[in-house]
Amino acid sequence: MTKNTKIIVILIAACVLLTVIPFLVSKNADFGGADDAAGDVVAELAPDYKPWATPIAEIILGGELPGETESLLFCLQAAIGSGILFYGFGYLVARKKYSKEG
Amino acid sequence: MKKQEKIVIMILTGMALGFGMVPTVNAMHIMEGYLQPAYCIAWGLICIPFLAAGIFRIKKVVNEHRKTLLILAMAGAYTFVLSSLKFPSVTGSSSHPTGTGLGAMIFGPSTMAVIGLIVLLFQAILLAHGGLTTLGANTFSMAIAGPIVSFIIYKIGMKFKLNKHVTIFLATALGDLFTYCVTSVQLGLAHPSSTSGVGGAVLEFLGIFALTQIPLAIIEGFLTVAVFIGLETYAKPELSEIGFLQEVK
Repeated sequence: MTKNTKIIVILIAACVLLTVIPFLVSKNADFGGADDAAGDVVAELAPDYKPWATPIAEIILGGELPGETESLLFCLQAAIGSGILFYGFGYLVARKKYSKEG
Repeated sequence: MKKQEKIVIMILTGMALGFGMVPTVNAMHIMEGYLQPAYCIAWGLICIPFLAAGIFRIKKVVNEHRKTLLILAMAGAYTFVLSSLKFPSVTGSSSHPTGTGLGAMIFGPSTMAVIGLIVLLFQAILLAHGGLTTLGANTFSMAIAGPIVSFIIYKIGMKFKLNKHVTIFLATALGDLFTYCVTSVQLGLAHPSSTSGVGGAVLEFLGIFALTQIPLAIIEGFLTVAVFIGLETYAKPELSEIGFLQEVK
Protein backbone atom coordinates (compact mmCIF):
# COMPACT_ATOMS: atom_id res chain seq x y z
CA MET A 1 0.00 0.00 0.00
CA THR A 2 1.22 3.47 -0.78
CA LYS A 3 1.22 6.16 1.86
CA ASN A 4 -1.86 7.81 0.35
CA THR A 5 -3.84 4.57 0.26
CA LYS A 6 -3.03 4.06 3.93
CA ILE A 7 -4.21 7.57 4.81
CA ILE A 8 -7.47 7.04 2.91
CA VAL A 9 -8.14 3.69 4.59
CA ILE A 10 -7.52 5.22 8.02
CA LEU A 11 -9.76 8.20 7.24
CA ILE A 12 -12.64 6.02 6.10
CA ALA A 13 -12.24 3.73 9.11
CA ALA A 14 -12.39 6.81 11.34
CA CYS A 15 -15.62 7.89 9.63
CA VAL A 16 -17.19 4.49 10.23
CA LEU A 17 -16.11 4.64 13.87
CA LEU A 18 -17.62 8.11 14.28
CA THR A 19 -20.88 6.81 12.86
CA VAL A 20 -20.99 3.89 15.28
CA ILE A 21 -20.04 5.78 18.47
CA PRO A 22 -23.40 7.63 18.78
CA PHE A 23 -25.20 4.30 19.10
CA LEU A 24 -22.98 3.33 22.00
CA VAL A 25 -23.16 6.74 23.69
CA SER A 26 -26.89 7.37 23.55
CA LYS A 27 -28.48 3.96 23.55
CA ASN A 28 -32.09 4.95 23.89
CA ALA A 29 -32.21 7.78 21.42
CA ASP A 30 -34.02 7.24 18.17
CA PHE A 31 -31.80 9.49 16.06
CA GLY A 32 -34.09 12.02 14.50
CA GLY A 33 -36.80 10.93 12.16
CA ALA A 34 -39.62 13.23 13.22
CA ASP A 35 -39.32 16.06 10.77
CA ASP A 36 -41.29 18.46 12.88
CA ALA A 37 -39.08 18.06 15.95
CA ALA A 38 -36.91 21.12 15.36
CA GLY A 39 -40.22 22.88 15.15
CA ASP A 40 -40.93 21.78 18.71
CA VAL A 41 -38.28 24.22 19.87
CA VAL A 42 -39.94 26.94 17.85
CA ALA A 43 -43.25 26.00 19.41
CA GLU A 44 -41.66 26.25 22.84
CA LEU A 45 -40.02 29.61 22.16
CA ALA A 46 -42.88 31.17 20.24
CA PRO A 47 -46.07 29.33 21.17
CA ASP A 48 -48.20 31.55 18.94
CA TYR A 49 -46.20 30.94 15.80
CA LYS A 50 -47.88 28.94 13.08
CA PRO A 51 -45.84 27.65 10.14
CA TRP A 52 -47.39 29.40 7.20
CA ALA A 53 -46.34 27.09 4.39
CA THR A 54 -46.29 23.36 3.80
CA PRO A 55 -43.78 21.48 1.65
CA ILE A 56 -44.83 21.38 -1.99
CA ALA A 57 -44.58 17.58 -2.13
CA GLU A 58 -47.02 17.34 0.76
CA ILE A 59 -49.46 19.67 -0.97
CA ILE A 60 -49.37 17.57 -4.14
CA LEU A 61 -49.60 14.26 -2.29
CA GLY A 62 -52.13 15.62 0.17
CA GLY A 63 -50.14 14.28 3.09
CA GLU A 64 -46.68 13.38 4.27
CA LEU A 65 -44.25 11.72 1.92
CA PRO A 66 -44.22 7.98 2.76
CA GLY A 67 -41.03 7.01 4.61
CA GLU A 68 -40.05 4.45 2.00
CA THR A 69 -40.47 6.93 -0.83
CA GLU A 70 -38.45 9.47 1.03
CA SER A 71 -35.60 7.01 1.44
CA LEU A 72 -35.92 6.18 -2.26
CA LEU A 73 -35.43 9.82 -3.14
CA PHE A 74 -32.51 10.22 -0.75
CA CYS A 75 -30.93 7.11 -2.26
CA LEU A 76 -31.49 8.54 -5.69
CA GLN A 77 -29.75 11.73 -4.69
CA ALA A 78 -26.77 9.80 -3.33
CA ALA A 79 -26.72 7.51 -6.36
CA ILE A 80 -26.73 10.36 -8.87
CA GLY A 81 -24.02 12.14 -6.93
CA SER A 82 -21.72 9.18 -6.50
CA GLY A 83 -22.37 8.14 -10.11
CA ILE A 84 -20.97 11.43 -11.36
CA LEU A 85 -18.19 11.55 -8.77
CA PHE A 86 -16.86 8.10 -9.55
CA TYR A 87 -17.36 8.44 -13.30
CA GLY A 88 -14.94 11.34 -12.91
CA PHE A 89 -12.50 9.32 -10.86
CA GLY A 90 -12.71 6.42 -13.31
CA TYR A 91 -11.89 8.74 -16.18
CA LEU A 92 -9.00 10.37 -14.34
CA VAL A 93 -7.48 7.11 -13.10
CA ALA A 94 -7.61 5.53 -16.55
CA ARG A 95 -6.16 8.65 -18.14
CA LYS A 96 -3.16 8.57 -15.84
CA LYS A 97 -2.65 4.85 -16.33
CA TYR A 98 -2.79 4.80 -20.12
CA SER A 99 -1.00 8.05 -20.76
CA LYS A 100 2.01 6.57 -18.95
CA GLU A 101 2.03 3.37 -20.97
CA GLY A 102 1.11 4.90 -24.31
CA MET B 1 -4.92 18.34 31.12
CA LYS B 2 -5.00 21.79 32.67
CA LYS B 3 -7.71 22.64 35.15
CA GLN B 4 -9.47 24.98 32.75
CA GLU B 5 -9.47 22.34 30.05
CA LYS B 6 -11.00 19.88 32.45
CA ILE B 7 -13.78 22.30 33.27
CA VAL B 8 -14.47 22.90 29.60
CA ILE B 9 -14.58 19.18 28.90
CA MET B 10 -16.93 18.64 31.82
CA ILE B 11 -19.28 21.38 30.69
CA LEU B 12 -19.26 19.99 27.15
CA THR B 13 -19.90 16.47 28.39
CA GLY B 14 -22.74 17.68 30.56
CA MET B 15 -24.25 19.52 27.65
CA ALA B 16 -23.83 16.51 25.38
CA LEU B 17 -25.56 14.25 27.89
CA GLY B 18 -28.29 16.80 28.49
CA PHE B 19 -29.04 17.07 24.83
CA GLY B 20 -28.71 13.32 24.43
CA MET B 21 -31.80 13.02 26.58
CA VAL B 22 -33.84 15.24 24.31
CA PRO B 23 -34.74 12.79 21.60
CA THR B 24 -36.01 13.23 18.07
CA VAL B 25 -34.51 16.50 17.14
CA ASN B 26 -34.04 16.57 13.45
CA ALA B 27 -31.16 18.93 13.04
CA MET B 28 -31.00 19.96 9.46
CA HIS B 29 -32.20 22.76 7.26
CA ILE B 30 -34.87 25.19 8.35
CA MET B 31 -38.22 23.67 7.52
CA GLU B 32 -40.88 24.98 5.21
CA GLY B 33 -42.91 27.76 6.77
CA TYR B 34 -40.74 28.10 9.87
CA LEU B 35 -39.48 31.60 9.10
CA GLN B 36 -41.72 34.63 8.87
CA PRO B 37 -42.19 35.98 5.32
CA ALA B 38 -40.06 39.06 6.08
CA TYR B 39 -37.10 36.84 7.01
CA CYS B 40 -37.62 34.60 4.00
CA ILE B 41 -37.46 37.58 1.69
CA ALA B 42 -34.54 39.21 3.50
CA TRP B 43 -32.36 36.08 3.40
CA GLY B 44 -33.32 35.54 -0.22
CA LEU B 45 -32.24 39.06 -1.14
CA ILE B 46 -28.94 38.66 0.71
CA CYS B 47 -28.21 35.57 -1.39
CA ILE B 48 -28.71 37.27 -4.75
CA PRO B 49 -25.33 39.04 -5.10
CA PHE B 50 -23.51 35.82 -4.11
CA LEU B 51 -25.51 33.80 -6.62
CA ALA B 52 -24.77 36.35 -9.35
CA ALA B 53 -21.06 36.19 -8.51
CA GLY B 54 -21.30 32.40 -8.61
CA ILE B 55 -22.93 32.37 -12.03
CA PHE B 56 -20.23 34.66 -13.45
CA ARG B 57 -17.52 32.52 -11.86
CA ILE B 58 -18.96 29.31 -13.30
CA LYS B 59 -19.26 30.99 -16.70
CA LYS B 60 -15.61 31.96 -16.48
CA VAL B 61 -14.60 28.43 -15.54
CA VAL B 62 -16.62 27.02 -18.43
CA ASN B 63 -15.14 29.47 -20.93
CA GLU B 64 -11.54 29.72 -19.83
CA HIS B 65 -10.82 26.47 -18.04
CA ARG B 66 -12.89 23.96 -19.95
CA LYS B 67 -10.66 21.12 -18.84
CA THR B 68 -11.65 21.66 -15.22
CA LEU B 69 -15.35 21.18 -15.94
CA LEU B 70 -15.14 17.53 -14.91
CA ILE B 71 -13.70 18.56 -11.54
CA LEU B 72 -16.49 21.12 -11.11
CA ALA B 73 -19.07 18.42 -11.83
CA MET B 74 -17.34 16.13 -9.33
CA ALA B 75 -17.33 18.84 -6.64
CA GLY B 76 -21.04 19.42 -7.26
CA ALA B 77 -21.75 15.69 -7.16
CA TYR B 78 -19.82 15.46 -3.89
CA THR B 79 -22.18 18.03 -2.35
CA PHE B 80 -25.10 16.06 -3.73
CA VAL B 81 -23.91 12.83 -2.11
CA LEU B 82 -22.90 14.24 1.26
CA SER B 83 -26.06 16.26 1.79
CA SER B 84 -28.13 13.13 1.23
CA LEU B 85 -26.33 11.10 3.90
CA LYS B 86 -27.94 11.43 7.30
CA PHE B 87 -25.58 10.33 10.02
CA PRO B 88 -26.50 9.62 13.64
CA SER B 89 -24.82 11.94 16.10
CA VAL B 90 -23.87 11.72 19.78
CA THR B 91 -26.76 14.00 20.71
CA GLY B 92 -29.17 11.23 19.76
CA SER B 93 -30.42 12.90 16.64
CA SER B 94 -29.38 12.78 13.02
CA SER B 95 -28.10 15.36 10.63
CA HIS B 96 -26.22 15.49 7.38
CA PRO B 97 -22.96 17.09 6.27
CA THR B 98 -22.95 19.81 3.63
CA GLY B 99 -20.15 18.77 1.28
CA THR B 100 -19.62 22.32 0.10
CA GLY B 101 -16.08 22.77 1.44
CA LEU B 102 -14.31 20.84 -1.32
CA GLY B 103 -15.69 22.89 -4.17
CA ALA B 104 -15.29 26.13 -2.24
CA MET B 105 -11.58 25.51 -1.80
CA ILE B 106 -10.97 24.52 -5.43
CA PHE B 107 -13.30 26.89 -7.31
CA GLY B 108 -13.97 29.63 -4.77
CA PRO B 109 -16.97 30.04 -2.48
CA SER B 110 -19.26 31.80 -4.97
CA THR B 111 -19.38 28.68 -7.16
CA MET B 112 -20.81 26.72 -4.27
CA ALA B 113 -23.62 29.26 -3.82
CA VAL B 114 -25.05 28.08 -7.14
CA ILE B 115 -24.35 24.38 -6.60
CA GLY B 116 -25.73 24.49 -3.06
CA LEU B 117 -28.89 26.19 -4.29
CA ILE B 118 -29.46 23.37 -6.79
CA VAL B 119 -29.08 20.75 -4.05
CA LEU B 120 -31.42 22.64 -1.73
CA LEU B 121 -34.03 23.01 -4.48
CA PHE B 122 -33.93 19.27 -5.13
CA GLN B 123 -34.43 18.55 -1.43
CA ALA B 124 -37.11 21.20 -0.92
CA ILE B 125 -39.25 20.16 -3.89
CA LEU B 126 -38.87 16.40 -3.89
CA LEU B 127 -38.00 15.52 -0.33
CA ALA B 128 -40.02 17.99 1.75
CA HIS B 129 -36.66 18.64 3.39
CA GLY B 130 -35.84 22.28 3.96
CA GLY B 131 -38.36 24.34 2.04
CA LEU B 132 -39.06 26.77 -0.76
CA THR B 133 -39.99 29.60 1.60
CA THR B 134 -36.84 29.03 3.65
CA LEU B 135 -34.69 28.48 0.56
CA GLY B 136 -32.99 31.86 0.91
CA ALA B 137 -32.04 31.29 4.54
CA ASN B 138 -30.84 27.75 3.88
CA THR B 139 -28.88 28.83 0.81
CA PHE B 140 -27.20 31.52 2.86
CA SER B 141 -26.13 29.11 5.60
CA MET B 142 -25.15 26.06 3.56
CA ALA B 143 -24.11 27.48 0.20
CA ILE B 144 -22.68 30.88 1.13
CA ALA B 145 -21.59 31.23 4.78
CA GLY B 146 -20.13 27.72 5.17
CA PRO B 147 -18.14 27.80 1.90
CA ILE B 148 -16.77 31.27 2.69
CA VAL B 149 -15.47 30.05 6.06
CA SER B 150 -13.90 26.98 4.41
CA PHE B 151 -12.28 29.17 1.79
CA ILE B 152 -10.86 31.66 4.30
CA ILE B 153 -9.46 28.96 6.59
CA TYR B 154 -7.92 27.24 3.59
CA LYS B 155 -6.29 30.49 2.45
CA ILE B 156 -4.95 31.21 5.95
CA GLY B 157 -3.56 27.68 6.21
CA MET B 158 -1.81 28.01 2.86
CA LYS B 159 -0.42 31.41 3.79
CA PHE B 160 1.19 30.06 6.94
CA LYS B 161 2.27 26.91 5.07
CA LEU B 162 0.46 24.52 7.37
CA ASN B 163 0.20 20.87 6.36
CA LYS B 164 -2.27 20.88 3.49
CA HIS B 165 -4.21 17.84 4.60
CA VAL B 166 -4.66 19.29 8.08
CA THR B 167 -5.68 22.62 6.53
CA ILE B 168 -8.23 20.97 4.27
CA PHE B 169 -9.62 18.99 7.18
CA LEU B 170 -9.99 22.10 9.34
CA ALA B 171 -11.41 24.21 6.53
CA THR B 172 -14.10 21.66 5.64
CA ALA B 173 -15.02 20.69 9.19
CA LEU B 174 -15.30 24.27 10.43
CA GLY B 175 -17.17 25.39 7.31
CA ASP B 176 -19.65 22.56 7.87
CA LEU B 177 -20.06 23.50 11.53
CA PHE B 178 -20.43 27.17 10.73
CA THR B 179 -23.31 26.40 8.37
CA TYR B 180 -25.35 25.11 11.28
CA CYS B 181 -24.27 27.96 13.56
CA VAL B 182 -25.74 30.32 10.96
CA THR B 183 -28.91 28.21 10.86
CA SER B 184 -29.21 28.60 14.64
CA VAL B 185 -28.77 32.36 14.44
CA GLN B 186 -31.36 32.56 11.65
CA LEU B 187 -33.90 30.64 13.74
CA GLY B 188 -33.02 32.56 16.90
CA LEU B 189 -33.55 35.90 15.15
CA ALA B 190 -36.92 34.79 13.85
CA HIS B 191 -38.09 33.21 17.10
CA PRO B 192 -36.59 35.06 20.07
CA SER B 193 -37.16 33.55 23.47
CA SER B 194 -39.68 35.42 25.62
CA THR B 195 -37.43 35.19 28.66
CA SER B 196 -33.92 35.50 27.25
CA GLY B 197 -34.46 37.21 23.89
CA VAL B 198 -32.65 36.53 20.65
CA GLY B 199 -29.46 35.46 22.43
CA GLY B 200 -31.22 32.81 24.48
CA ALA B 201 -33.04 31.45 21.46
CA VAL B 202 -29.84 31.34 19.42
CA LEU B 203 -28.14 29.41 22.23
CA GLU B 204 -31.01 26.95 22.37
CA PHE B 205 -30.85 26.32 18.62
CA LEU B 206 -27.04 26.12 18.75
CA GLY B 207 -27.41 23.39 21.36
CA ILE B 208 -29.36 21.35 18.80
CA PHE B 209 -27.81 22.20 15.48
CA ALA B 210 -24.16 22.88 16.28
CA LEU B 211 -23.71 20.18 18.89
CA THR B 212 -25.25 17.52 16.67
CA GLN B 213 -23.10 18.67 13.83
CA ILE B 214 -19.69 18.36 15.54
CA PRO B 215 -19.08 14.64 14.78
CA LEU B 216 -20.54 15.09 11.30
CA ALA B 217 -18.23 18.00 10.62
CA ILE B 218 -15.31 15.75 11.55
CA ILE B 219 -16.63 13.01 9.24
CA GLU B 220 -16.95 15.50 6.39
CA GLY B 221 -13.42 16.74 7.07
CA PHE B 222 -12.01 13.20 6.86
CA LEU B 223 -13.94 12.32 3.71
CA THR B 224 -12.95 15.52 1.99
CA VAL B 225 -9.27 14.89 2.71
CA ALA B 226 -9.69 11.39 1.22
CA VAL B 227 -11.33 12.74 -1.94
CA PHE B 228 -8.72 15.47 -2.12
CA ILE B 229 -5.88 12.92 -2.03
CA GLY B 230 -7.57 11.18 -4.96
CA LEU B 231 -7.90 14.38 -6.94
CA GLU B 232 -4.35 15.40 -6.16
CA THR B 233 -3.06 12.09 -7.46
CA TYR B 234 -5.14 11.83 -10.61
CA ALA B 235 -6.23 15.34 -11.55
CA LYS B 236 -3.05 17.34 -11.14
CA PRO B 237 -3.28 19.11 -14.54
CA GLU B 238 -6.81 20.36 -13.84
CA LEU B 239 -6.04 21.45 -10.30
CA SER B 240 -3.01 23.44 -11.44
CA GLU B 241 -5.01 25.01 -14.24
CA ILE B 242 -7.58 26.39 -11.83
CA GLY B 243 -4.71 27.67 -9.70
CA PHE B 244 -5.23 25.25 -6.84
CA LEU B 245 -2.04 23.25 -6.69
CA GLN B 246 0.43 26.12 -7.02
CA GLU B 247 -0.55 27.25 -3.59
CA VAL B 248 -0.76 23.79 -2.16
CA LYS B 249 2.86 22.74 -2.72
